[in-house]
Amino acid sequence: MKASDHAVLAEGLSKRYGGRKNSKQALDDFHLAVPTGSVHGLLGPNGAGKTTAVRILATLLRADGGRALVGGHDVRTEARLVRRQIGFTGQYAAVDEILTGRQNLRMFGRLFHLSPSAAARRADELLEQFDLVEAADKQVSGYSGGMRRRVDLAASMILAPRVLFLDEPTTGLDPRSRNEVWASVRELVAGGTTVLLTTQYLDEADQLADRIAVIEHGRKIADDTPERLKDRIGGDQIEVVVADAGELPLAAKAVARVSDAEPRSDNETLRVSAPVSDRVGALTEVARTLQDEGADVVDIGLRRPTLDEVFLRLTGGRRDTADHRDEGAAPDVPREGEAA
Amino acid sequence: MTATVPTKSGPESGGKSAVPTAALTLPDGPESRLYWAFADCWTIVRRDLTHLVKQPVIVAWQLGFPIVSVLLFVFVFGSGMAVGDGVDYKTFAMPGMFAMTMAFGFMNTAMAVVIDKDRGVTDRFRSMPMASSAVVTGRGVSDLAHASIDLAVLAAIALAIGWRSDSGIVPTLAAFALLLLLRFALIWVGVLLGLVVRNQEAAGNLFAVAFPFGMISSVFTPPSMMPDWLGSIAMWNPVSSTANAVRELFGQQSPELGGSWIEQHAVLMAVVWPLIITAVFLPLAVRRFQSLSR
Repeated sequence: MKASDHAVLAEGLSKRYGGRKNSKQALDDFHLAVPTGSVHGLLGPNGAGKTTAVRILATLLRADGGRALVGGHDVRTEARLVRRQIGFTGQYAAVDEILTGRQNLRMFGRLFHLSPSAAARRADELLEQFDLVEAADKQVSGYSGGMRRRVDLAASMILAPRVLFLDEPTTGLDPRSRNEVWASVRELVAGGTTVLLTTQYLDEADQLADRIAVIEHGRKIADDTPERLKDRIGGDQIEVVVADAGELPLAAKAVARVSDAEPRSDNETLRVSAPVSDRVGALTEVARTLQDEGADVVDIGLRRPTLDEVFLRLTGGRRDTADHRDEGAAPDVPREGEAA
Repeated sequence: MTATVPTKSGPESGGKSAVPTAALTLPDGPESRLYWAFADCWTIVRRDLTHLVKQPVIVAWQLGFPIVSVLLFVFVFGSGMAVGDGVDYKTFAMPGMFAMTMAFGFMNTAMAVVIDKDRGVTDRFRSMPMASSAVVTGRGVSDLAHASIDLAVLAAIALAIGWRSDSGIVPTLAAFALLLLLRFALIWVGVLLGLVVRNQEAAGNLFAVAFPFGMISSVFTPPSMMPDWLGSIAMWNPVSSTANAVRELFGQQSPELGGSWIEQHAVLMAVVWPLIITAVFLPLAVRRFQSLSR
């Protein structure tokens, strides 16, 4: 692929925060290629570098090293050109609380250098598109979280950007508002906008993204379609739920016999799971073994891995934990995405 | 300036490249940059003024302290305050009140800056193709407008309780200009502090800085009546220079003021101090703003 086929192209980006002592490598040789017209999800634990990456690409932050092109322009040397082609929606709904929805969109329209009448027209269009007509002349401070987000998204869309950056667009929203935001994003994508979104929610990435890049400690550790990421950790899973934690080793032993991988035991959900290739054969054998052993099995079945599992496997079992700064902790699960 | 507006009914069927990118057709020469620096500044000013109009309560609240101080000092303590032979305390305190209100003004600036920073509005502005200077210049212009409203309200209250300027119209206007000059200088202090503090709560704590800055001055009492060391600090406080200069221009200088060089050159220092403050804090504020991208 040529560079021009990519709406976003990052090569070897690095970024270090802080002084000499307490510094933190936020991004480390980060690469990313987002094909024009696609939705790319950036997934990772808190502090993994997702926001840093997006802020560099949106010209808000300067990288220490590496290069990035957005819409074919260098984010460092051609920031003004980049800014004309992007929309940016940060982690908080960045709109003026005291102004009304309409006043906000007109103001941002003017700041995008539309004429007053054009800014007013565009505001009306966006209010309609984002289903905000009724609330248009009320102060944003009275809006729900979902409505604020929609004003925020609308403000990013004033110039119909080629590339839209969404940094955790639904964090803190209730499920209904989240669905509203997802619907808006899908609409934009249908119109041809390229979207790069960061999220902590795997279902969000699963719902919206054509491809998902998993990032940890500032490095990309996987980049693939959601389906292939699921395949990567072994396709179908056999799953056994036992009645008592004491039976977990027994179940794990039975499962280990039909799987090439080490079974995962969860003491809380009393669940043992492992990837299998011979689906029915494995199911039959595990069921028979456990019956012979007299284990108290609550449930046994086959299922597709969730993106959650993919994520846990790739990031070594630490997802969004408060101690994510614990850089020293070694992952206890082999990182299968390393090859990517 | 022409700009085509992208519409959602634009050509969507033509595939990815059909997204209208109106932005690329906008002119970007040096002249248009200058034009947009002013136009964007005006857009921001209008936004800030809308805030004032929509939140008169906040404006009133911010004036609450000076107004309560006026009433308290003039009517409650006033009779016990001796500020020199034959000088009415009201006459002494009102110019001080004007200066103190300007001095506290930097908190308004800091608060507005930190709210925009906190809520991501500053980042949104920075991600847009607008003139980045407008974020700061717009702030400055609207803060001066806000300060003018404050002064007008305070002057009205002063007139209502019987205070009058004892000089002509020109020196009186010059006095108000000096007050706004102090406020102008403090915009940069406010911008810097707003960018430095972590959140709104921390910005609220700036009162701990504002209070001594406003009070350890000649606002309420002549420094010559304070203990020596405190009096020296108060005398050299820029707020004192402005307050004393304003008293002078109103034709109401107290005999207790004027014992030292700095007090004898109040009008000069009321110009020099703000210039020094601006020279120091304007570059610091700009640097801090630019370092948001570091």
